[in-house]
Amino acid sequence: MNMLESSVGRKLVMSVTGLSMIAFVLVHLLGNTTLFYGPDGINAYAEALHRFGALVWAFRLLLLTVLLLHVFYGIQLTLENRAAKPRAYAIKSSRATTLAGRSMVWSGLLIGGFIFFHLLHFTLQLINPELAAGRHFDSLGRPDVFMMVVLSFRKMPVSLLYLGALAALGLHLMHSLQGAVQTLGLNNERTLPKVMKAGVLAAILIFLGYAAFPITVFTGLLR
Amino acid sequence: MDLTLYVWRQKGPDDQGRLEEYQVKAITPDMSFLEMLDVVNEGLIRAGKEPIAFDHDCREGICGTCSQVINGMPHGPREKTAVCQLHMRSFRDGDTIYIEPWRARAFPVIKDLIVDRSALDRIMQSGGYVSVHTGGVPDANAVLISKADADTAMDAAECIGCGACVAACPNGSAMLFTAAKVAHLAALPQGRTEAARRVCLMTEAMLKQGFGSCSNHYECQAVCPKGISATFIAKLNREFIKAQMPGQ
Ligand code: HEM
Ligand code: SF4
Ligand code: FES
Repeated sequence: MNMLESSVGRKLVMSVTGLSMIAFVLVHLLGNTTLFYGPDGINAYAEALHRFGALVWAFRLLLLTVLLLHVFYGIQLTLENRAAKPRAYAIKSSRATTLAGRSMVWSGLLIGGFIFFHLLHFTLQLINPELAAGRHFDSLGRPDVFMMVVLSFRKMPVSLLYLGALAALGLHLMHSLQGAVQTLGLNNERTLPKVMKAGVLAAILIFLGYAAFPITVFTGLLR
Repeated sequence: MDLTLYVWRQKGPDDQGRLEEYQVKAITPDMSFLEMLDVVNEGLIRAGKEPIAFDHDCREGICGTCSQVINGMPHGPREKTAVCQLHMRSFRDGDTIYIEPWRARAFPVIKDLIVDRSALDRIMQSGGYVSVHTGGVPDANAVLISKADADTAMDAAECIGCGACVAACPNGSAMLFTAAKVAHLAALPQGRTEAARRVCLMTEAMLKQGFGSCSNHYECQAVCPKGISATFIAKLNREFIKAQMPGQ
């Protein structure tokens, strides 16, 4: 059987694509902290990134492919798994499953919807064109990303939407960080319980890290 | 002890099936769960009714035949305990107890609480063996095996093939069972030769028999009467990755 027909093989694809996206999520988080240095931080960072030109687009395409693979196999495996359990118990109790684990496909789809919105919002800048960094420049002539982000997050619905999406990401990662390690076969008796705890902790930290942006802006700590 | 039971009754594979209520009296805490059902069945037989069909054989926790989901938990409320080793002292007077068969697409109900688990046998037939030359008895210590490897193999070999892992898994996956077999043989030099082929064939058979895949919930290890560890699933994944390497 071809590796991409095997259910173990397809789970490996889920794990590798998921971990690649987590690597991106971490780098993106690190890059975004330049927001705390004001316009000179994030505007300079954004300009520096865009100097890569075509490479930026190559990277975006790669990331999109990774995402589509992940979504495709995620939905396919979930449908297969539901079909393998056609009938529920009249009463079901469980010892190990978590809400995060059982709602992977839903948290995933919420993240997917958010990624779409996020790209329209800050990449294509079509949601609030009046704030678009592509049209407003700072005193050094750089696209004013700082102004775009800060004025967006001052709006309560935008901040809430980002926090909601981050909660979905946090939930997805609470189950999947440990899952990805297990799928890659990297566990033994000693590591499994630790990896499970560390995965939840890391998911919470990632959530808090990103949540800091809308929260500090909305509460006026960052202006 | 007096109990209210809701038991899954299904005349045959094509019957719809339903939960039926039974009022049970005069059960003693030292009875095993299966003995309690024996008492219920004697009452049903005396009343001229069809007794409840359930699987059992050794009744000492080693054969893997008993298979009941009790109040939503395969093998009932006690960890690392097969139904036949469960006693009524784990329940209280006046309790309501739901008894259902293993549920998974790969385990069709034959009658009442009995399901067809031959899908697990077909996973075994696909690769759960080692090929050896027949003939004289081999020398006892001709192949040396380290204590650590022997322990790993023995831990995995504890699986009694009951299928509780499948019954508990939200995906109806047989990964814990399959992983125990793959890990058991892969840990030993006699099993290494065919290890790559085995993991591919057995996981393929698992899929084809209608079992789901592993989403890393670990509900399986939590209900396994033999305490088979989910780390064997990590070992199966490792063996699968090795089998994809060039030259395998
Ligand atoms: C965008 C839509 C997404 C969907 C629909 C989705 C769906 C899923 C599903 C259904 C699973 C579980 C598969 C299973 O075991 O049954 C999963 C696992 C996973 N996801 Fe996602 N996901 C999405 C986005 C993401 C993102 C953005 C990340 C990372 C930042 C991510 C990281 C992971 C990881 C690491 C796993 C674990 C793989 C494993 O258990 O081995 N996912 N995803
Ligand atoms: S792994 Fe445990 S629960 Fe699964 S078949 Fe073997 S003994 Fe039963
Ligand atoms: S009847 Fe043999 S293990 Fe329960």
